[in-house]
Amino acid sequence: MEAIDWSVNQGGDVDLDDTPEQAAYRAQARAWLEQHKSEAPVLTGPGALKDEDEIVAARRAWQGKLAEGGLAGVTWPQEYGGQGKGPIDQVICNQEIARAGVPGILDAIGVGMLGPTIIAHGAEEQKARYLGPMLHGDEVWCQLFSEPAAGSDLAAVQTRARQQEDGSWRLSGQKVWTTNAQFASYGLLLARTDPDVPKHKGMTMFIVPMDAPGVTVRGLRQISGEAEFNEVFFDDLSLDADAVVGGVGNGWGTALTTLMFERVTIGLGGEGLGYNSNRFAAAIAADAHARRDPEVRRQLGELAAELMAVRFTGYRTLTALQQGQIPGPEAGLAKVTIVNGAIKAGDLIADVVGPDALSTDSEWAYMISFLPGLKSAGGTEEILRNMIGERVLGLPSEPRLDKGIPFSELRAKEAAKA
Amino acid sequence: MNLALSDEQVLLREAARGALSRFKTLEEAREALDSGGSPTDLWPTAKEAGWPGLLIDEAHGGAGLDAFDAMLVLGECGRVLAAVALLGHLPATAILNDSPAAASLLGDLASGERRAAYLPARPPDDLSESWSVDPASGMERGALPTAAGAGDDAKVSGRIAFAPDSPGADVLVGMALVDGQPTGFAVEAAATGVSIESVRRYDATRALGHVTLQDAPVTLLDAPERSLADAWHLTQALIAAESLGAVESALDVSVAYAKDRYTFGRAIGSYQAVKHSLTEVLRQLENGRSLLYYAGWSRRGAPEEFPLAANAARSVAGRALDTAARTMISVHGGIGATWEHDAPLYFRRAQLTRRLLGGTELASDRVAGELIAKA
Repeated sequence: MEAIDWSVNQGGDVDLDDTPEQAAYRAQARAWLEQHKSEAPVLTGPGALKDEDEIVAARRAWQGKLAEGGLAGVTWPQEYGGQGKGPIDQVICNQEIARAGVPGILDAIGVGMLGPTIIAHGAEEQKARYLGPMLHGDEVWCQLFSEPAAGSDLAAVQTRARQQEDGSWRLSGQKVWTTNAQFASYGLLLARTDPDVPKHKGMTMFIVPMDAPGVTVRGLRQISGEAEFNEVFFDDLSLDADAVVGGVGNGWGTALTTLMFERVTIGLGGEGLGYNSNRFAAAIAADAHARRDPEVRRQLGELAAELMAVRFTGYRTLTALQQGQIPGPEAGLAKVTIVNGAIKAGDLIADVVGPDALSTDSEWAYMISFLPGLKSAGGTEEILRNMIGERVLGLPSEPRLDKGIPFSELRAKEAAKA
Repeated sequence: MNLALSDEQVLLREAARGALSRFKTLEEAREALDSGGSPTDLWPTAKEAGWPGLLIDEAHGGAGLDAFDAMLVLGECGRVLAAVALLGHLPATAILNDSPAAASLLGDLASGERRAAYLPARPPDDLSESWSVDPASGMERGALPTAAGAGDDAKVSGRIAFAPDSPGADVLVGMALVDGQPTGFAVEAAATGVSIESVRRYDATRALGHVTLQDAPVTLLDAPERSLADAWHLTQALIAAESLGAVESALDVSVAYAKDRYTFGRAIGSYQAVKHSLTEVLRQLENGRSLLYYAGWSRRGAPEEFPLAANAARSVAGRALDTAARTMISVHGGIGATWEHDAPLYFRRAQLTRRLLGGTELASDRVAGELIAKA
């Protein structure tokens, strides 16, 4: 075997330091935040805003300021008001916003996922009309994909849009798990437009005005008692022909773009949910007995190690993105780790603290209540494991009964069994 | 920011894989269990590849590389359960490399002409100010050896159990209390007062020794206490890398079988129960890989975080190896539990590794301790 020329290697390239360009952007972001952070809305602690309408209004205005300062739409092309920078710059921006202790943009779903979908698939008129107000928080957006009977199997959506003779559309159906619908101006909606072809083919993506007649938004209360999501009902809503994004019948391909940006968003903001090892360790450290208890320490160490791993999985994803690779479904494994790690942490902390951890004003009660639902968010854990087993490990798929069959026939079969 | 391998690191890893592929390591692991003998000594291969000098400065004949590079090599060793004496040698050289008093030892150790073994000692944590060593049995940890005499006349007495790669080593590098101060020492394995009892437990690819020192004449080292602690954490990172290498190949074999083997008219890998258990191995493997990057970067990039990173890597990797070995057996069904199959070799590796060098549990405990101390 040929000997290795060790002199070539300067100890490897793995590092977490900024490049000079990244350092310059960080300095710029930090300086802007230093100058403007007094204008940010206060959401916690003394003087915090309480009224939800006031909070939304203040956060929209703050998003507009962030956009003007170059701290929103970091990865958007400059022609649409963005900074034309890379995903690592987006992370730098997030880090600096967190460091300044101010809220980030209100419409992370719009700017992070829906805007990029419109940039990829939308008509020039749509980009000119919608992207600017979205970026500046003048118009908040929501994602109208999931339905009561179409979650992990998103291609089973039943919300039906029928084209009229004049080219316009009439739309009816129900969406669910819709964040921000109660104050959104627009939604990006996946609808069935042709039930007589196999299910992945007969869908179309639409831009839907949320204040149109026929749209009803209802809060959806969860385990915590709070309503963080909404159900949205559409009753014979009328849409113009130019509401279609990405072409009639191409809804699935357009939706996949959104889902890809969703994975990127998860990769960029893994710890944004606050499920991080330092916070959990602090809760254990506060108990003089627990911090010495071997079993508590073992459990804390195990879950903390896994949660730490997710941070570096995120950096690996970023490195891949920076090199022009598209993150695959394996980023979903990070979600599985975060959710289950946080569930274990909630249980451990509540075991240490006792029933007080479940009192109404406890941060742990809220977290414990939120996590069971989060297990299914963005696709259930079981479906994620199927997808990863098949696409990453190359395992054969489960035999499917819906391939190549027109959607209307599938529905008829389901109805016959019921 | 960059968390990808450099071209040189890819080359290093591929060269290691190529070098080790010339040996039938798994077959030999099984044969050694049968015969009571040992697998082929792969130290000549390590020498040829330049691995003994990975962590020794170029000025002393080494490659001057860092933990991450060493972890890549250990990962390849783990993939094929190869018995290469790096787990003992590399941490020992890391200590000596930080000890100007031992500079004369480094040349032969860098070339691999001579082999060193680390006598592991666990640094204090948030609950205890004492250093400790692995006991021969039970949960109570042993005390550091102690030194009598000073300077060139220093003599060390004590006992360290299950020191990796100590049988056959030329130099042992450990630490002892000198006037109550933890101090590094190097001792010739052939010196009077040194006895190394070779022990085998469950996995024939792991060379272990109970080391007893009785007034053994040592060279006291001037490595700072920080370097001595670093060696323990480095060992945790290396064992993590080695474990994840074994996880990789165990998963590969399991996935291949799940695609080939049919029951009830379909490949078993199409069943969710099988698919999900394999993706669970992948999940733990990916988490472990991410922490290897953290550990590899932090040893130089953020040394105060290295104990946390290295032990987090060990915690996740150790559990991943457990999961991978058990999953490998269950995916293969009955055949996976037979002597002819490779799965029991991975299982034996997992079972023993989990209990060495403080064990996976003490690594998890260290993670908690580091976080609690900072909270």
